[in-house]
Amino acid sequence: MSPIHYVALSVILFVIGGVGVLVRRNAIVIFMCIELMLNACNLAFVAFATMHGNLDGQVIAFFVMVVAAAEVVVGLAILMAIYRARRSASVDDANLLKY
Amino acid sequence: MRHVLAAGTNTDVIARETIFWILAVASVGAALAMILVRRAVHCAMMLAVVMLSLATMYAMQGAPFLAFVQIIVYTGAVLMLFLFVLMLIGLGSAASIGETIKGQRLAAGLAAIGLLVILILGIGHAAIGPAAPQTAANGTNNLSEIARLIFTTYVFPFEVTGALLITAALGAMVLAHRERTAPKPTQRDLAARRLATGELAPDPPPGVYALHDAADRPALLPDGTTSDLSVSPVLSQREVIEAPPAVRPQVETPAITAESGEREPAPSGQMGRADS
Amino acid sequence: MTTLAGSASGVAAHALAATVTTVPATGVLRLSWLLLAFPIFGATVLLVGGRRTDRWGHLLGVAMPVASFVYGVIAFFALLGAGHRSQDQHLYSWIPVAGFQVNLSLLTDQLSISFVLLITGVGSLIIIYSVGYMAHDSERRRFFGYMNLFLVAMLLLVLADNYLALYAGWEGVGLASYLLIGFWQFKPSAAVAAKKAFIVNRVGDAGLSIAVMLMFSEFGTVSFSGVFGSVRSGGSGVATALGLLLLLGACGKSAQVPLQSWLLDAMEGPTPVSALIHAATMVTAGVYLLVRSNPILALSPTARLGITVVGAVTLLWGAIIGTAKDDIKKALAGSTMSQIGYMTLGAGLGPAGYVFAIAHLLAHGFFKAGLFLGAGSVMHGMNDEVNMRQYGGLARVMPVTFATFGLGYLAIIGIPPFSGFFTKDGIIEAAWDKGGTSGAILAACALLGAGITAFYMTRVMLMTWYGKRRWAAEAHPHESPGVMTWPMILLAVGSVGAGAFLIIGQRFENFLGPVTGVPPTSHGLFTVPGIVALVLALAGVGLAWVMYGRVPVPATAPRGSFPVVAARKDLYGDAFNESVLMRPGQWLTRLSVYFDNRGVDGLVNTLAAAVGGTSGRWRRLQNGFVRSYALSMFFGAAVLVALLLAVRL
Repeated sequence: MSPIHYVALSVILFVIGGVGVLVRRNAIVIFMCIELMLNACNLAFVAFATMHGNLDGQVIAFFVMVVAAAEVVVGLAILMAIYRARRSASVDDANLLKY
Repeated sequence: MRHVLAAGTNTDVIARETIFWILAVASVGAALAMILVRRAVHCAMMLAVVMLSLATMYAMQGAPFLAFVQIIVYTGAVLMLFLFVLMLIGLGSAASIGETIKGQRLAAGLAAIGLLVILILGIGHAAIGPAAPQTAANGTNNLSEIARLIFTTYVFPFEVTGALLITAALGAMVLAHRERTAPKPTQRDLAARRLATGELAPDPPPGVYALHDAADRPALLPDGTTSDLSVSPVLSQREVIEAPPAVRPQVETPAITAESGEREPAPSGQMGRADS
Repeated sequence: MTTLAGSASGVAAHALAATVTTVPATGVLRLSWLLLAFPIFGATVLLVGGRRTDRWGHLLGVAMPVASFVYGVIAFFALLGAGHRSQDQHLYSWIPVAGFQVNLSLLTDQLSISFVLLITGVGSLIIIYSVGYMAHDSERRRFFGYMNLFLVAMLLLVLADNYLALYAGWEGVGLASYLLIGFWQFKPSAAVAAKKAFIVNRVGDAGLSIAVMLMFSEFGTVSFSGVFGSVRSGGSGVATALGLLLLLGACGKSAQVPLQSWLLDAMEGPTPVSALIHAATMVTAGVYLLVRSNPILALSPTARLGITVVGAVTLLWGAIIGTAKDDIKKALAGSTMSQIGYMTLGAGLGPAGYVFAIAHLLAHGFFKAGLFLGAGSVMHGMNDEVNMRQYGGLARVMPVTFATFGLGYLAIIGIPPFSGFFTKDGIIEAAWDKGGTSGAILAACALLGAGITAFYMTRVMLMTWYGKRRWAAEAHPHESPGVMTWPMILLAVGSVGAGAFLIIGQRFENFLGPVTGVPPTSHGLFTVPGIVALVLALAGVGLAWVMYGRVPVPATAPRGSFPVVAARKDLYGDAFNESVLMRPGQWLTRLSVYFDNRGVDGLVNTLAAAVGGTSGRWRRLQNGFVRSYALSMFFGAAVLVALLLAVRL
């Protein structure tokens, strides 16, 4: 398959992940949708790597994975702390900054 | 992995195409399901599907190292982390279907369609050529090539990412830490507490007092009563069940707390008991 | 140095070229600032000092004008003896801006010294009179302060050597007039009259200020010497514009048609005010302005024609109004308007008329002031009653006043050998000499005016001094005290002799000639127009006697025919002003207010409401939900990508 198919697939997955972030209310599910978006970016990077014929895209994808892992760790720890304080994992409950 | 990477033969191309399309449909479908299903655990499962299909695609594109890292690290570690936290926090929360913010879904859908169109237009106009031929260097060993790149060209990002990982680990520890407001209960305190409840010994594991294991013999609950659930309802209708003899020695009826009667494990209760 | 060659106008071509060289002041004339300093000192002390100065305020108020008069006399004799009779005393650089240099300098020449003597002399007499007239008024000290203020401004007006300083004095006399007309502030009619005077004057002031601006823009200077030297270079268009604008200014200050409506209302002020300001001095400032600007007028026949028309119309207007007024002061005010019309007419006739206009002005100052002081004396004796229908038969009771009033009366109607005969006849003859249709019409107007003047003045005399006593029950008229009668007597001396003194032997012509130009033809004492005027005057006297002397004067005014009613209503001057100017002005004001409230305020309020409403609506975007903010970020990202693609594609 030519890389453009992979890039197109990556775009579709990215957009779906974006919609998921906007629509879901459970904080963990939102996080998972963000992970989906990151994965879509990884796919695009790897496709570009095949396009250029070198491995730079793969190395970048690798670093993205590492950073995503670190981010997930910290993010979930934050979520746990919030849950302990508020007893709720819904992002709609944190709306004190309203007008 | 060489046979996977080798290009040129027709069957290879057909195989690639079929695999791609199957995986593409599967991953898009799983992604859509992920944002549409209610239960969070199902979302996690769908994400796993997406990640695995992505791993396969990496393998097809000549990135075997990434494919395995995807499976081991992403699906195996990160997703499991998600599941742990899901279990800890909220399987039953955010169950309502209705959208609290008016027009959010419509706006999100419109924005998504818009972005999709724009990006597709962009990549349509972009000069994304065909796959470049594999270089000899890449052909030999993908892993050592990546390693070479990381430790020469990208050594600085590598070091920074290392620092980031350390920071993340420290941050997670700090965030997950809970200050003790009371002194840590010693074993003596725990024993005293258990004594106060009246249960000096743990309940026997299931089957200790079982005399038979026939299908028509009901199982025994720890307090000596039979459990109707352990027998098939067909048999209990026909009343072929024998009452079992008293099998447990008569002791004073232990106090039964509400906690042990719960069927579903309450996470707070469990957590509360676990570290108090 | 100013050189005036013969101008191009037909009449003035026969006039002798008037040459004036202005030199810096020498000797006594270097102290000409004393003329201003005395009254300034008096006014400042009296007005700033306040009630502390009440006890001796009137003495200071009298001393200062007398001191100025003494210096004026000294300066006059010094001027007579000096080689150059036009001397300029520089006081200080008032506006030393690069392109606009104005100095405060005092020009003492024949014209200004004549006015100085009139102002300080008659002014001192009137102020001495006021000591007695205002004796019962608790605010007397303030009155003297204002009178001194007036003297300062009037003297500055006549002594200035540039139009801007003249304008400063012009405004000052307007202010003093306002303050003095409204002196009895508690009377609403007085306050309204003061306001009316000030506002109507303002219209004239606009004309004068535009003239000053035009002078600066055309000639780059506003000093007399500068303007008179450069006015020829501007062409007749500029000269005509300046002349007409100066005429407008003069109309305002001198109560000429069309700005005449304030003068009769100004009689609300105390009688000394009416005598000094609205008879002798301030209202003559317009004539002074025109005569002083004679080099400008020499270049513009149109302006001169306008001036003569205004003068002729006004002299008839004032005379007609005067015939129907029962208020003695208003009758005299109508007379003032008419006499100043004569002066304006003279000023419009070019060099032929300037000398007679100023001579009549000086004589008028004496006899009109005397008449007003006499009226004040009568009012003083009759408990401030002004209605002549309540007078009658006062001659026996107030003999001194009757004598001085009578002498003034004879002077004003032009009976020889009293003042008015010589000066008024000079004007009539100058009008006749103009020739052509215009000359005939102007002379006819002047003659008719002389007849009407005689008529209404005789009416006043008969109603006040002769006939049966129509006094109110509580009236007990008595002669006024010496402090009031002596000034009247001195003024009567002027009424008697001033005209003869000035005109016979061309004494005033020769004196004033260098400034204004001399009349081309000089007449004897008794000429045809003069005889006709005398005959008409006697006819007017006779008619008045028939109407008022032979039949008893009714105590209440009879209904009267249309002309009488019109004259009583000031020939509908006020009605005209109201309907043409006041009401449209009020509509304009209301329209502006409406527009401001609805339009401008509406615009501003709409803007505020729009901002408030929009912000109120946008505020709702901040609903506190993270997902909404995420949505906006998403939109933003989409927009950014679109922009990036749009730029690159």
